Amino acid sequence: MREFRYEKAADPAGAVALLAGAPEGAYLGGGTNLVDLMRLGVATPDVLVDVRTLTSDLVEELPDGGLRIGAAVPNADLAADLRVRQRFPLLAQALLAGASGQLRNRATTGGNLLQRTRCTYFTDVTQPCNKRAPGSGCGAVTGLHRNHAVLGATDEGPGSPHTCVATHPSDLAVALRALDAEVRVLGPGGERTVPMADLHRLPGEDPSRDTTLAHGELITAIDVPGLPWAVRSRYRKVRDRASYAFALVSVAAAMDLDGSTVRDVRIALGGMAHAPWRATVAEDALRGGPATEEAFAAAAEAELAAARPLPDNAFKVPMATSTLVRTLLQISAEARA
Amino acid sequence: MDQQITLQVDGARSALTVDTRTSLLDALRERLGTTSAKKGCDHGQCGACTVLLDGRRVNSCLVLAVTAEDAEVTTSDGLAADGPHALHEAFVDHDAYQCGYCTPGQITSAAGVLAEAAQGWPSAVTEDLAAERTELTDAEIRERMSGNLCRCAAYANIVPAVAEVAAAQGVRA
Repeated sequence: MREFRYEKAADPAGAVALLAGAPEGAYLGGGTNLVDLMRLGVATPDVLVDVRTLTSDLVEELPDGGLRIGAAVPNADLAADLRVRQRFPLLAQALLAGASGQLRNRATTGGNLLQRTRCTYFTDVTQPCNKRAPGSGCGAVTGLHRNHAVLGATDEGPGSPHTCVATHPSDLAVALRALDAEVRVLGPGGERTVPMADLHRLPGEDPSRDTTLAHGELITAIDVPGLPWAVRSRYRKVRDRASYAFALVSVAAAMDLDGSTVRDVRIALGGMAHAPWRATVAEDALRGGPATEEAFAAAAEAELAAARPLPDNAFKVPMATSTLVRTLLQISAEARA
Repeated sequence: MDQQITLQVDGARSALTVDTRTSLLDALRERLGTTSAKKGCDHGQCGACTVLLDGRRVNSCLVLAVTAEDAEVTTSDGLAADGPHALHEAFVDHDAYQCGYCTPGQITSAAGVLAEAAQGWPSAVTEDLAAERTELTDAEIRERMSGNLCRCAAYANIVPAVAEVAAAQGVRA
């Protein structure tokens, strides 16, 4: 591990100032991903600015029935918050579907969104990876890619500096994407708000950047807008083990039914892309139509028409389709009960 | 780069100088001689290094020692300060180990599970997320202990050991 200086600040602005003066520095939250990446030699900060307890660790009410989640709220505490469990079940379910009890106790809400891909070429410094070592190529696209992206990836061949088929590993981010959450950020130039839609990016021609945040920008809170019908929402995760494994495919969904008609619906997919994938094609297909298994399947297939799977992850396309259908069926059954 | 810190471990305070790269696990084992927590994977995947940090279970391999300065660290040994903890006795009674390497992490993790259940925390297998009371069924114990691996596969005995203490503490019928 590279040597680093450990710094603490009195407040968020102080932390931002410290990192503004450290171009190779990084913020340290719970450290559950960053410390591991440093040990692997993947992350090599020369300064760590400890922000784990610097931002708010409270979940506060917003006037519209939504919640403001302090960036320092541990994942475990957020999942246990009764308001989250009652108003936004998909959010609690997503958190509880991720990692282990030990990790959820330490990992923060802000840090969860900024965790890096678990692509084995990214975490192995002896392998080519455009995300870790820009321009070195992509080992996964012609190698081990069973867990990798089928939507929105860049595949120009293993030698291209643009190729990246990594997925974003966060479950929480998928639920927040479905809920149209907004991320509050403090940077050297002041505060700004970044919609979840704009936080994570697709690899495009620069796989090295996971998010649109600039160096030194600090997540201070996440606003989840009120959505009364999210009381009927679900996060469904499919993985190789029953517990403590990353998603092969996951679905975050909320649905508002008027009798047997879909009045409104929110769907995001996890494990499928470089960013949480909002299923707008499926949403548009469903809105105003019947809440039937046939309609759910047609919408899922329409969304997945854009999939470009690799040889070993083509299974994700039917898996995502059927997981989405089961999730919507579950929500509609609960609505009728 | 070296930094002076004070750690509070199992009720005793120690001042030491550590390289900032030192994990809490290495500080405990290599610097303080507290070898209760074990190093398995050193990547937060196996749970053998689990300790209680201010009463909450964490992977000590992923905690930098410099960040634990203001916290109270409790290892499995520390739970036995006044004689064996109920979990220690239940693990013996149920033969909940074979080689024993993962056991201190299993014990501290189970202590965390019991505390979380007492606060009504749900898990991924909790049917009614809105329920304020937690019932530690076998399925709940398996899910909540999934961050602790046992290569001897003593799981079949770990679950009833934890269940026995959960029942005694009122978080299991």
